[in-house]
Amino acid sequence: MLSFVVRRLAVAIPTLLILVVLSFILMYSAPGGPFNSERPLPPEVLANIEAKYGLDQPFWKQIVNYVSGVVTSFDFGPSFQYKDRTVNDVIAQGFPVTLTYGFWSFVVAVTVGVSLGVAAAIKQNSWLDYLAVGISIGAQVLPNFVMAPILLLVFTLWLGWLPGGGWEGGQWNYLIMPVIALSTSYMASIARITRSSMLEVLNTNFIRTAQAKGLPMRRVIWRHAMKPTILPVLSYLGPAFVGMITGSVIIDVFFSTGGIGQFFVNSAFNRDYSVIMGITILVGTLTILFNLLVDILYAWIDPKIRY
Amino acid sequence: MFPNRAAVEGVGEAMELAEVKGRSLWADARTRFFRNRAAVVSLIMLMLVAGFALFGGAFAEYENDFVDFSLIGSNAYKGVPSVETGHYFGTDSNGRDLFARTVQGTGISLMVGVVGALVAVIVGTLYGATAGYYGGRVDGLMMRIVDVLMSIPFMFVLILMLVIFGRSIFMLFLGIGLISWLDMARIARGQTLTIKNKEFVEVAVATGVHPVKIILRHIVPNLLGIVIVYATLLVPNMIIFESFISFLGLGVQEPATSLGALINEGSRTMQFGYYWQIAYPLFFFVVTIFAFFFVGDGLRDALDPKDR
Repeated sequence: MLSFVVRRLAVAIPTLLILVVLSFILMYSAPGGPFNSERPLPPEVLANIEAKYGLDQPFWKQIVNYVSGVVTSFDFGPSFQYKDRTVNDVIAQGFPVTLTYGFWSFVVAVTVGVSLGVAAAIKQNSWLDYLAVGISIGAQVLPNFVMAPILLLVFTLWLGWLPGGGWEGGQWNYLIMPVIALSTSYMASIARITRSSMLEVLNTNFIRTAQAKGLPMRRVIWRHAMKPTILPVLSYLGPAFVGMITGSVIIDVFFSTGGIGQFFVNSAFNRDYSVIMGITILVGTLTILFNLLVDILYAWIDPKIRY
Repeated sequence: MFPNRAAVEGVGEAMELAEVKGRSLWADARTRFFRNRAAVVSLIMLMLVAGFALFGGAFAEYENDFVDFSLIGSNAYKGVPSVETGHYFGTDSNGRDLFARTVQGTGISLMVGVVGALVAVIVGTLYGATAGYYGGRVDGLMMRIVDVLMSIPFMFVLILMLVIFGRSIFMLFLGIGLISWLDMARIARGQTLTIKNKEFVEVAVATGVHPVKIILRHIVPNLLGIVIVYATLLVPNMIIFESFISFLGLGVQEPATSLGALINEGSRTMQFGYYWQIAYPLFFFVVTIFAFFFVGDGLRDALDPKDR
């Protein structure tokens, strides 16, 4: 187990480095600089500013500086757009927000998805099953950027129950719509995967044996069927995580929640490279760590898996 | 006693009838596909949507970038959908004909989906087949690269690229092409692993056929079924991907538009009651995505019957 974890880490770290170097090369090759504005600065002033930010150094030195700054002190450098803030400040401001509703969306997607899938599989061909299948088919065409306007239309404009945006420190009524918009399509996928996986497991011999020796259904499901059922769901969690963290950009922009997504898009319009890079690297790191966690969990649940 | 002559002829006829033509895999699949009602209806819907995107422009009374200045500011009563004014789907908030824009946006979205799927089919299949066929260390390295690329949140990298190299439809295609083949490579590799141990590949190896030719002539054709299924299922994902970027305003640039951008514009004005501005693009988006998923499911059932 330990050697497995070490080996997975040995892959995760180069992946991370590739991501950092790749985004740095992209940024370096960008035409124009952060200080090329409509009103061009005198060349001497420009040279001074570039020297201050280390932009006059050769490419390899810049990249070494940047990477070592990120790795050793988690320092993404100053923002090119917000005068008084570094990239770290931007992340510190936006990230807790993203983390809050991201966490709840994830919890909702997994718990609701798995329970719906299990319930549908146990009561196959009942109204519950049809409902679950119907929801999971319907939600395929409702990605977050379609869900968000629809929710806003119904709950804010027609019913007037929920505020149409804002954050207010994460009060529950500001949290509901972002969480639903972000989690629905993943909830549906998880339900679908759980359902088909559970159906498959319920047809196996060891479940028949468990039922034959007279165990109550509840115990069969929890003690015997749940573990193999959850494996395919687990391997879906990695892509779901990427999808949600990407979707958070939409949520931030649409509901003005003030998460990193909003900074990301604003920076994309303002060509604030360091913020874009910082967020890209942060998100990439999270994704890679999460995948690592999923892999370890997977290997722990299913000892047959070793790669 | 002679057997009844008519009876003998009858047997002969029956034997002739019994010699039915052998049914190919594809003919079988076609029958199965057309028995699936949801898939057939979806296929018809898709054709209608494609027809709308291709020929709808001929029915539009306005160009998609024509601004009707007389309508700006009076959208609520003059920009409503109506046949009389020629704005069948109404106008957007800038007084442009929404019908023409929806036609154009649907076209872009479909094109993005198809291009993404094409890249996936060509690059992904060849990459996966090569990795699977050679196996061993080559396979390990090639698939490790795919794993690494897959664990990068590409939407962010693509937006970074769009910002740096400028937003253009070419960059969008490039970005979509960069990621779309990853899943396909995995699927093609998995399938190749089972195919390469079949007798016909062994024969090809034994008779000294060049590996490149084996992959192209013997392995890739046998991957086609599964590749077609996943390409069909990939198209809606690519459309969603592009719409996502366009929704943020980072994708297709004005005056061109795509369904994602139109949904975004519509969602901003729905609070004033201009529901048609979001309804029509949303309708075409949902129909297209739904239809592709159902056609893909139908194709999977048809080409891969064991997976039911």
